[in-house]
Amino acid sequence: MMEEVNEVSVLSVHGHSITVTEALKEGDALTFLIVSEKLSGTGEYPVDRTYEDFEWLQQHLFSQEAVPGIHGVIFPPLPAKAQVNASSKVLKQLGFLALGEWQPYCKALETFLRQVAAHSILSKNKAVEVFLTSSDPPGRQKVKKNIFNRLSQAVEEMRKESHKDVDEFFQTQRDHNLTLTVCSKTAAEKFLDVVLTEQKVAVACGHFSAALHLCVEPGEDPDKQAFSKTCVKLSEVFDSIKKNMMSVAENDISTLGVGLDLESRYQEAEKEMLFRRTCKLVELENARRNAEKAKPVKKAAMEEVKKATETEFKHICEVAKQEVHISSPLRVSSHLFRPAIALLGEEVGGVVSI
Amino acid sequence: MADTASDPPPERTDFHEVEDGKDLFPEPADAQESQPASLPAEDISTNSNGPKQDSLFDEDPEDLFAEATEEVSLDSPERDVLLSDGPSPAITPITPPTSVITPRIGHAHDDMFTHSSFDEIEEEEGGDSFDIHINVSDPEKVGDGMNAYMAYKVTTKTSLSLFKMKDFSVKRRFSDFLGLHSKLASKYLHIGYIVPPAPEKSLVGMTKVKVGKEDQSSNEFVEKRRSALERYLMRTVKHPILLKDPDVLQFLESSELPRAVSTQALSSAGLLRMVNKAADAVNKMTIKMNESDAWFEEKQQHFENLDVQLRKLHMSVESLVCHRKELSVNTAQFAKSTAMLGNSEDHTALSRALSQLAEVEEKMDQLHQDQANADFHLFSELLGDYVRLITAVKGVFDHRMKTWQKWQDSQMLLQKKREAEAKLQFTNKPDKLQQAKDEIKELEGKVQQGERDFEQISKTIRKEVSRFEKERVKDFKTTIIKYLESLVQTQQQMIKYWEAFLPEAKAIS
Repeated sequence: MMEEVNEVSVLSVHGHSITVTEALKEGDALTFLIVSEKLSGTGEYPVDRTYEDFEWLQQHLFSQEAVPGIHGVIFPPLPAKAQVNASSKVLKQLGFLALGEWQPYCKALETFLRQVAAHSILSKNKAVEVFLTSSDPPGRQKVKKNIFNRLSQAVEEMRKESHKDVDEFFQTQRDHNLTLTVCSKTAAEKFLDVVLTEQKVAVACGHFSAALHLCVEPGEDPDKQAFSKTCVKLSEVFDSIKKNMMSVAENDISTLGVGLDLESRYQEAEKEMLFRRTCKLVELENARRNAEKAKPVKKAAMEEVKKATETEFKHICEVAKQEVHISSPLRVSSHLFRPAIALLGEEVGGVVSI
Repeated sequence: MADTASDPPPERTDFHEVEDGKDLFPEPADAQESQPASLPAEDISTNSNGPKQDSLFDEDPEDLFAEATEEVSLDSPERDVLLSDGPSPAITPITPPTSVITPRIGHAHDDMFTHSSFDEIEEEEGGDSFDIHINVSDPEKVGDGMNAYMAYKVTTKTSLSLFKMKDFSVKRRFSDFLGLHSKLASKYLHIGYIVPPAPEKSLVGMTKVKVGKEDQSSNEFVEKRRSALERYLMRTVKHPILLKDPDVLQFLESSELPRAVSTQALSSAGLLRMVNKAADAVNKMTIKMNESDAWFEEKQQHFENLDVQLRKLHMSVESLVCHRKELSVNTAQFAKSTAMLGNSEDHTALSRALSQLAEVEEKMDQLHQDQANADFHLFSELLGDYVRLITAVKGVFDHRMKTWQKWQDSQMLLQKKREAEAKLQFTNKPDKLQQAKDEIKELEGKVQQGERDFEQISKTIRKEVSRFEKERVKDFKTTIIKYLESLVQTQQQMIKYWEAFLPEAKAIS
């Protein structure tokens, strides 16, 4: 069991080899089996983690106050908590990830871990190493609250969201991101609707096929026989239509569905980062104003604060710029999109061999 | 009605005419109006085998062969049964008011009943193949507000000599169709013919149309109705007897048709229908028929089963249609949102291309869903039609039961009268005795008539059922083939679209 881990370390596994192989049900909760290849090539680290462990990791990543400009990092999004008998609200929130027997969910967790491991700043946190390699479950105490927790709760901070930026680049970025967040969320939702309806159609085809089978009548009557034969044939056709529909839906989920889901969550993460930066900007402007207006007694202190804030802000902007450029959302998710769309095409082509 | 007891094969046209001694053609007076006033839809009065029958019989002055009688025109095993089951020799053509002369071409080869006279008649008809095609098209809204209605153009293309022209059309409204059906039903159902049911009324649908909403659902409704009306007419004329019915001919040909007001739901006729229906339901429960003919029992069971199966099928098809519609709606929405996503992503030209393409593809998908949906409508409508047809079939069976009941009733009455007469013999009341004897004579006639009616309706039903079964198989096969063909086409289109898209997708890295 480890306490707050703030030391810097180097990851001893290949980031791209991290795999979430399975989700096991234990009562109401899910346990995930994770395997990562050692850098040294001498084997693997298999570990099992619960969702709380993931949260632990995330908290540690959030609370790296010592790292300059940490607020400028776009944190890889962690999917919402999954439960075995989830309520409909939770299922709705999970969207695609709730489908397909947790396969997409495992994929999402896997992507999270890989992104963390690949991140130049985040991978250096010891918590990551511990998470991926330690056979003991990492500490599960609640880490102290930090700005990240407060983010979605602060109502008065919403005002700051529309605060005009000093930097044109970031202003554009913010505007752009706002649109993208909405669009990608909508697209993901609509696609979920499509996939769910595909499944419904498949089920209905199955019912029709079964009902046709009931129409088969025994008997010598040639009319009856003709009718029965027709019914059987048609029943078979619809059975295969059903199977095809189901596999189309499955593919949709595991490719475009997951891709869109990731895209929309990523946009949210970027939005939060930009918001943190904006908050800092507001803070900085306040500090400057205070420093100007301060009475000589307080002036020195205010200047200190101002300087500190300026530095912080500078760091944030530097990190943010890098983040935005390197992990431009599309490029991150396009490697998912591409196989997504391509697979979709092939799958539908394969469907036609009725 | 002359009782041509010596007439084993029941179709001797000229023979019968002569015997009858009736002058066929100038009987327009009481025959013209196709409403046999004495035959309300559901109730068969016991006097119906009297003079009223004649009027029916002479109904069709323009048809040269009006007196020709019903003829077994189907090459089904039932005919053998008919030949051998030795009904009473009094199989006279009491019932069919108009008739079919010849076997349709295609059945002629194994027609054991064809006599030389029939060959002649056949040739006189011009060696018709079944060549009539009816189109219902151009729905037009006439009038405004709640009095508005849709007028449909009914076009008939035929080479049958039955019709005056080869190609003609008239305008009809929905209540005209209902009127036609009610006339046919009142004439034929009680003697065992399966009259195809007309499409159902729909208050909701029509109100929308009347109110003038020019939207998707009311267009769909009109289209559905148009197609249903077309199918209804085609089914009706496919029936050899119904085709020759003057009402049908009038419906197809004459430009003006008297408005059929009794089809309105709330009219007195409508209420009468409802009352009759209820009475029938009660009667059905109380009639216990001694079914001497296993064929009928089996067939009835068969139709019960079929009814259940078809209803189930119908339900699953409806739900499938509904889901497909939903799918196409959702696909459309997804296409829109993808388009928006594509438009907002300007990081890379490639990513924009991706989104746009995805959107195009989804639009195609939607078109295809619509197409599949329309095809399903084919199925759904077909099944709905058959569910209603089977109701008509069951109704015909019920009529047979009623006929039997009538026969039994008159037989019992006869028995009673005979007993009463026997008693009267011992008293000394000559006039009462005479009266009793007269009544008995009358009743004996009735009993015989009842028996004949029963035999006739049984025979008719057998024929009708086998014709129905054939049609059913044919109908289903055709629809299924149509559906499968269009399905294959749709899928091939889809492959093409996705294949076109694939290289674009691959180029996105």
